[in-house]
Amino acid sequence: MATFLLRRLGHSLLLLVLVSIIGFALLNLAPGGPLSQFALSPGMTQADLDRIAEQMGLNRPLPVQYLDWAGGLFFGDWGASFRDGRSVLSVISGHLFATLLLMAASTIISVGLGTLVGVLGATRRYSLFDQLATVGAMVALSIPTFWFGLVAIYVFALELGWLPAGNMYTIGDQSLGDYAIHLILPSVVLALVNVAIWSRYMRSAMLDVIGQDFVRTARAKGLRSQRVLWRHIIRNALIPMITLAGLQLPTLLSGALVTETVFTWPGMGRLFLDSLNYNDYPVVMGILMFTAILVLLGNLAADILVAAVDPRVRLE
Amino acid sequence: MTAIPDTRPKMRGARFLQSRGMRRFFRHKLAVLGLAMITLIAVACIVGPWLLPHDMLDIDIRGRFSPPLTDTYLFGTDEMGRDLAARLFMAGRVSLMVGVAAMVLSTVVGTVIGLLAGHFGGALSTALMRFTDAFLCFPQIFLLLALAAFLEPDAMMITIIIALTSWMEIARIVAAEIRSLRERDFVTAARVSGASHAWIMFRELLPNAAGPIIVAATLTVARAILIEAYVSFLGYGIQPPLPSWGNMLNNAQQYLDSAPWLAIVPGVAITLAVTSFNFIGDGLRDALDARSDMP
Repeated sequence: MATFLLRRLGHSLLLLVLVSIIGFALLNLAPGGPLSQFALSPGMTQADLDRIAEQMGLNRPLPVQYLDWAGGLFFGDWGASFRDGRSVLSVISGHLFATLLLMAASTIISVGLGTLVGVLGATRRYSLFDQLATVGAMVALSIPTFWFGLVAIYVFALELGWLPAGNMYTIGDQSLGDYAIHLILPSVVLALVNVAIWSRYMRSAMLDVIGQDFVRTARAKGLRSQRVLWRHIIRNALIPMITLAGLQLPTLLSGALVTETVFTWPGMGRLFLDSLNYNDYPVVMGILMFTAILVLLGNLAADILVAAVDPRVRLE
Repeated sequence: MTAIPDTRPKMRGARFLQSRGMRRFFRHKLAVLGLAMITLIAVACIVGPWLLPHDMLDIDIRGRFSPPLTDTYLFGTDEMGRDLAARLFMAGRVSLMVGVAAMVLSTVVGTVIGLLAGHFGGALSTALMRFTDAFLCFPQIFLLLALAAFLEPDAMMITIIIALTSWMEIARIVAAEIRSLRERDFVTAARVSGASHAWIMFRELLPNAAGPIIVAATLTVARAILIEAYVSFLGYGIQPPLPSWGNMLNNAQQYLDSAPWLAIVPGVAITLAVTSFNFIGDGLRDALDARSDMP
């Protein structure tokens, strides 16, 4: 296990370096580079810009600038927002809770529903249900999340009036129930794609396990089929799902951005778009790096978890 | 001595349609349905604007917000009284073109990187694949929006940006496929007979990896159309007055209560087009690549 952990950590560290290099390259793509915001203000001369560049250390060689930037990233100095001068990390953390709440709620829905559909599909292979689930998953993957959100708002908020059309809470009423009611539509909308993906992979993982010898042995021993299903098949089929959960993290984050926009949910995705509209590049870059690091850590955690529950992985 | 007749099967015309892969594809009902749907959509987008009585830029202020099937307005009109059907078909041209062009670009990039990594192995392979992994850490929409905001792009640039953020999966698929082909006898035979790296990569390995690449490319069209819709909806993709299915939905949320068809019509178009490509991709996977049944 120790060698596995070390190797996996080394891999993540290398990825982190590569991710930061890509991020730094992006930063220098911004129109006018990091100086863009100053170039916008009237009365700014080239001499002024040169002086600022000198002060910000932008005339140093690129590798030195990169090391400086990456060092700041590492030690928690992510720069300050152009909008209000607050530190980028504190701006992000102010919006983190809303996004994590949305992603958690949607993950619970997609894992629960996806597992159920996948298990039923695999145990009743080629049945009407299985075929409908297969087609349904492909259609669900083809529906644009934001459009599904619009349709959901139209039906459940505007026509039926059952649920609120957006925001995280009603002003003046921040009870738990109020949060819950506001959470329903966005988390279901965000879950749609992931239910589809999860159910397909779960079905496939189930079929892989069902064909294996130990399942036949368990049946031959005379175990009840329900017990074989739960103790042998589903338990083993869930292991690759841990990896999948890690791999799906970028999709989930992208989906959260779109969902937050449609439902005016005050999360990181909304913050990202707002910052783009204000040309607030430090926050834009901050969120981009933050999500990439989140994905990296998520995958690392998933791999360690898989190794913890499945000894075969550690030995490879 | 008479020449030995060439009895190798030729894959041309009718023979190609009767080949095992094609027969399997056409047995796949959903794939055929997808092919029919996307053909219909493409023809409508190409021919539609000529047949409709209205130009997509004609403004009819008194007829604004007409619901579908009012007068000559098939799908109704938008907030400026422009014909929604005319705009939908013109937008379809843009969205489909962007989707297909982005697919071609990302498939080329992904295939080249996957070929290099798979064929050469060693340090080059490790470097390329880690680079691919690093790109995969960035959630696509975030990366795309940042690029689009920084570069303030036109339609062509959007296509390039979409390709730039979606080549990674094809690279991984191709690398894995090439790695499994590399040790096969026919490749060894080519190597010992002195074939160059380029010959082995493009004439020996690539044709044998065509199946998975075609499947991945088809699914990439579906993804690219969706992604274009996302960024255009968010205001950073195709910019008006050039319509795209995504930016048609841009304003739709404001009028959701009074004119829901503004949101419903383009959304259905996107869903149908993307579903078609996903169905076709699924059929092609069954026909060309029997091993995996992953989504």
